[in-house]
Amino acid sequence: MKRGQSTLLALATGFAAAMAVASPVRATEPLIADVDHHLVAVTAGFTGTELLVFGSVQGAGEVVIVVHGPKEEIAVRRKDRVAGIWINQESVSFEGVPAFYHVATTAFGPIDLPGSALRRHQIGVDNLRFRTVEAEAGPGSVLFAQAVVRNKINIGHYSAQFGRVERRGGRLFRSAILIPANVPVGTYTIETLLVQNGQVVGAQTTPLFVNKEGFGAQVFRMAHLHALLYGIAAILIAALAGFVANWVFRKL
Amino acid sequence: MHIYLPIAEMSVNIFLILGMGAGVGMLSGIFGVGGGFLMTPLLMFLGVPAPVAVGTGANQIIASSVSGVLAHWRRGNVDIAMGLVLLLGGFFGSTLGVFIFKWLQSQGQIDLVIRLSYVVFLGIIGGLMMLESVRSFVRTWRPKGGPRRKLHQHNWMHGLPFKMRFRKSKLYISILMPISIGFFVGILTAILGVGGGFVMVPAMIYLLGMPTNVVVGTSLFQIIFVSANATLFQATLNQTVDVVLALLLLLGGVVGAQFGTKLGAKLRGEQVRVLLAILVLAVCFKIVFDLVIPPDDFYSIHPMDATGGIE
Repeated sequence: MKRGQSTLLALATGFAAAMAVASPVRATEPLIADVDHHLVAVTAGFTGTELLVFGSVQGAGEVVIVVHGPKEEIAVRRKDRVAGIWINQESVSFEGVPAFYHVATTAFGPIDLPGSALRRHQIGVDNLRFRTVEAEAGPGSVLFAQAVVRNKINIGHYSAQFGRVERRGGRLFRSAILIPANVPVGTYTIETLLVQNGQVVGAQTTPLFVNKEGFGAQVFRMAHLHALLYGIAAILIAALAGFVANWVFRKL
Repeated sequence: MHIYLPIAEMSVNIFLILGMGAGVGMLSGIFGVGGGFLMTPLLMFLGVPAPVAVGTGANQIIASSVSGVLAHWRRGNVDIAMGLVLLLGGFFGSTLGVFIFKWLQSQGQIDLVIRLSYVVFLGIIGGLMMLESVRSFVRTWRPKGGPRRKLHQHNWMHGLPFKMRFRKSKLYISILMPISIGFFVGILTAILGVGGGFVMVPAMIYLLGMPTNVVVGTSLFQIIFVSANATLFQATLNQTVDVVLALLLLLGGVVGAQFGTKLGAKLRGEQVRVLLAILVLAVCFKIVFDLVIPPDDFYSIHPMDATGGIE
């Protein structure tokens, strides 16, 4: 992982430099962006990593990077006090909730876009779109939707504030995106937008794959895909451990 | 040093888990209890999801029961016939328990039920132990005596049908009673992730009238199979058995148990029992406290996609 990261980083810097040189030729392309590695491997010792999104832009404007995790269905439950203890009561389910969400921008103030464009590109946690699974949503479902965002921010899967995108030498930009240790697995999209005079003039989407790998991933796959075999293996391992423990300590 | 637990889906300090296993193993060595009823709540305090703590607990109990039963087997303290009858009830009980577990999980109430059940059981066990040790303190001041007791008391239980002879236990009783006991403890194994020795042993002595020397061995013998059944069903129905966590726990557990047994021989019985009673009650109060204080956030989120992104 570490070695792969550094070679990729070297490649990335080279790539960015090459693009900077090439950009006058491709004058029609207002925005070019890429990410330093497209695969994040969640291994047994995974403690999080940093992704570098970089690229170049034509002319002025603000760069906005939106990272979307895979969509998932989430049940939100509200606890109420019953006989002195807190018990899950009402529940609302949402689908199309991004498992991970992050926005970074070069803009220091608010992003210069009308509300409709912010909602279309889902820029900012307030503009995320998720639907309730139940056909008619009660008026209280807004509170449940807010709870999704709040809980996601707490566990580090969403960021409440926009991250920074740095401009380098006029055309180049780069942004470090922190991937936490508990990152959800799946297929991500990194959408990079160039905003000029209140509209999006360039957009590029790059995929990112977050996969579980190594021993832990095999255990997880085994547990879910071959549950019966996994259960039998778990029993045999424990029984064997019991025999070994008894034998070892009888010898001592 | 951190290790990622693949089913609990969290990163934990490997030495913390080993130490916890050793600590609970030590206690089970000192007090001669399985320790499941302390291990599972401790895992929940660490942040392991309650269902995973329970499923993994059942898995780990297989190892400690196998290790324990071997020692009793050599001394001839296992009543196989009684064990098999208890097991019959245990199989049905633990299977039903896992289905109840799955249903509660879908209702979003499994955490609550696990915690409440622990409050009730730890409260009863801790309370009884405290009472018992206080009584034995008082007894040491009084002279011993009284009429010699019968082997066991005869009561309504002996009128039940389907009688069977248990040679090792010197009993001729209806199999309905041990089957019911096995059934009830089996449900506990599935829902609480405990071996249930702490319920089984008193029930065997006081309800069935078994001689004390075969009670522990026979209880351990049937716990192996009941917890194996619970592990199998938890793994196939709920995917809540974390083998990596179980291995770490039992690694610490077996070492701790050995030291515990030696330490236990040096300590005085009543003092030790008071200490365990205090510990059990403390864990019980901590769970009550967590249930009663207002949560940080009244809303909690639960991903519905249990496969976690695998195809």
